[in-house]
Amino acid sequence: MNQKRVILEGSHFMNGDIACAEGAIAAGCRFFAGYPITPATEIAEHLAQRMLEVGGIYVQMEDEIASMAAVIGASYAGLKAMTATSGPGFSLMQENIGLAVMTEAPCVIVDVMRGGPSTGQPTLPGQQDVMQAKWGSHGDYEIIALAPSSVQEMFNLTIEAFNLSETYRVPAIVLADEVVGHMWEKVAIPPAQKIKIVNRKKANAPSEAYAPFMPDDDLVPPMACFGEGYSFHATGLTHDEHGYPQTSSSEVQQKLVKRLCDKIRKNADKIVRVEEVLLSDADIVVVAYGIVARAALSAVRKARAEGIKAGLLRPITLWPFPENHVAKIAQQTKAIVVPEMNCGQLVREVERAAKETPVTFLSKLGEEPHTPMEIFEAIRRNS
Amino acid sequence: MPVRLWRKPLDAEKVKLPKAEIHILKNQCKGCGFCIQFCPKKVLEESEEINARGVHPPKVVDESKCIICSFCTSVCPDFAIFIVEKPCKEGC
Amino acid sequence: METVMAHPFAKYLREAMMPHIWCSGCGNGIILNCFVQAVDELQMDLNKLVVVSGIGCIGRAAGYVNTNSFHTTHGRPIAFATGIKLANPELEVVIISGDGDLFAIGGNHFIHAARRNIGIKVICANNFNYGMTGGQQGPTTPVEALTTTTPYGNIEHPFNLVHLAAASGATYVARWTTLHVRRLTQSIKKLLQKEGFGFIEVVSPCPEIFGRYNKMRTGLEMMEWFRKVSAIENFSDPAKAEITPERIVVGEFVDIAKISYEKLIHEKIAEINEKKMQW
Ligand SMILES: Cc1ncc(C[n+]2csc(CCOP(=O)(O)OP(=O)(O)O)c2C)c(N)n1
Ligand code: SF4
Ligand SMILES: [Mg+2]
Repeated sequence: MNQKRVILEGSHFMNGDIACAEGAIAAGCRFFAGYPITPATEIAEHLAQRMLEVGGIYVQMEDEIASMAAVIGASYAGLKAMTATSGPGFSLMQENIGLAVMTEAPCVIVDVMRGGPSTGQPTLPGQQDVMQAKWGSHGDYEIIALAPSSVQEMFNLTIEAFNLSETYRVPAIVLADEVVGHMWEKVAIPPAQKIKIVNRKKANAPSEAYAPFMPDDDLVPPMACFGEGYSFHATGLTHDEHGYPQTSSSEVQQKLVKRLCDKIRKNADKIVRVEEVLLSDADIVVVAYGIVARAALSAVRKARAEGIKAGLLRPITLWPFPENHVAKIAQQTKAIVVPEMNCGQLVREVERAAKETPVTFLSKLGEEPHTPMEIFEAIRRNS
Repeated sequence: MPVRLWRKPLDAEKVKLPKAEIHILKNQCKGCGFCIQFCPKKVLEESEEINARGVHPPKVVDESKCIICSFCTSVCPDFAIFIVEKPCKEGC
Repeated sequence: METVMAHPFAKYLREAMMPHIWCSGCGNGIILNCFVQAVDELQMDLNKLVVVSGIGCIGRAAGYVNTNSFHTTHGRPIAFATGIKLANPELEVVIISGDGDLFAIGGNHFIHAARRNIGIKVICANNFNYGMTGGQQGPTTPVEALTTTTPYGNIEHPFNLVHLAAASGATYVARWTTLHVRRLTQSIKKLLQKEGFGFIEVVSPCPEIFGRYNKMRTGLEMMEWFRKVSAIENFSDPAKAEITPERIVVGEFVDIAKISYEKLIHEKIAEINEKKMQW
């Protein structure tokens, strides 16, 4: 394969969906299964062309349930695999996202959020799937979710999502929004050798001794794939280290589910990423993510220009939630403002971490994202 | 084939038919009775014995009647019966 | 002391998972038995074999076979298997699952996988009901049959699975009952050697639940029913092969050659890259 055509090194003008697709290819993704849905369709369309060019598989499945299932299958067959969707499709994927969690299948799900519930507003942006990304499937679990706020980040964070998913054997979700998905901006694609790629830890035990769900010290089990000489069983049922179902053992259930949570919780410091702007002396801090963080940054700058000591904390990882970062700034600052394109989702996490510090929520629904002026007004009112 | 066309091979007396060795893994049996019922030669019957699962496993009535069709091996849902051909030394 | 010889197929089963969960007289064990016999006769490379199941009594089959196996979510084994097969076409991917799993909740995946002609092989244990959840009506429950959710008799029309498979584009379609062990084994061997999407329906007794509600309390009674009413009619019209209490047509219905999806996509990849090289 001609390396040049795999990673399109150079400067490009592209939209967020296409940048996401290119990020996937750069990350080494070689399997995409999806089903068309606005505003994520362009990811599928672009990959329908590009995947085959780089020797990968693009398949349009009959629905999002099938797409998610196929992605897990491909991951277990050894490929880095991804799907992309929006709210309605994300809902359909939830059961199999749980299967990916339970069977520790590395995979990436892109949700380009639009307005919901239900069919909602297909062409308008939303941030309404934040809690669904964390809690959408049944049972207790942890996943990783990243929120890009530029086209460049659609590229970068898709790679990051693959790296994290491969490291922790967990589904990683790129929680984008319609604006970021459809916006056109400059994207710089670095040369291949400058792109950090992480691949899953491979099984290296002799096949007789291999226990597919026996974790290393980092709580992540090395992974064998089908056809690599290890005959093993994987199941969505509660299972022991050998992958054998243990449906009535409380001990096995506790051990497994706690480990699935802990491998993310205990590694949260390594996973969490935030952007911090002008926080050291801030009296008022805006916590914003995705496209809304762009307006928030303008608002913070305007506030500074007017003498208000404002700052911005932008969670890049929404899950695990950067609660230590929020707790820390909450101790230094007088007030927090949280603008979101929903009726109040991540703000609950902010409130929980901020404890006594007052948090003001700024909701926006059914239209374009918050303007800088709207956020600036909120800063002024609360400072 | 109509019965009247049957011929007895001339060497029928000399040819040694392979002999069956029927293996029953008694404690694996769940007592469905398929092997007993569907054996074309009625080689098996239910035993008096009660196994680890509380059922009567089959027992062999007449091993010499077995034609090694292995139907019982295939139809057993519990992998509890199989046939091997006896190693054919002199006079098997 | 008697020395106990190991069963010749024991090596294909995961010892740690035995005994299996299936009831006495259940046909699932026979299907598993015929499957491993076919694998044995073909001397298949177990490292290249993946058995995938959905959820249900028969869904446990994946875990019992000593090969690569995945027990997925209810209804989704075909979609999951599609991912495996496309990602690594060298793997032989077999789905063993139930009538409810494959044709109710998973019906859509079945027809689309057949239409695409993905090279995966589907073996369906049709026991006319949802065994695992206690015997509810399903997509193959006969008209008027009693189940826990059709206490006054089933008023829905069952799918004729072989007709559905043939119409959806499967390259191999057969139906047997668990009484036809020899033919079933041979048929599975054929299935495993076909290119493209293949399907075998195995009519199978669930005496514990379906039988109990429908006056066939034992596996034996259900097997006797199969013996009485089944007729081998190879390559007969699948449209006319509806299962009724009086008649179960068994045999091969479809055996055609058609290039598989995975071959086509890899041909495309090769073609595209050849063109690009010339630029
Ligand atoms: C999404 C979902 N819905 C329902 C169930 C409950 N459930 C488990 S098995 C089953 C039916 C299985 O029937 P079938 O596929 O015919 O297998 P059988 O038990 O008869 O072998 C159902 C409804 C489930 N596990 N998941
Ligand atoms: S309930 Fe029916 S299908 Fe399930 S194991 Fe028992 S007999 Fe078999
Ligand atoms: Mg069933």
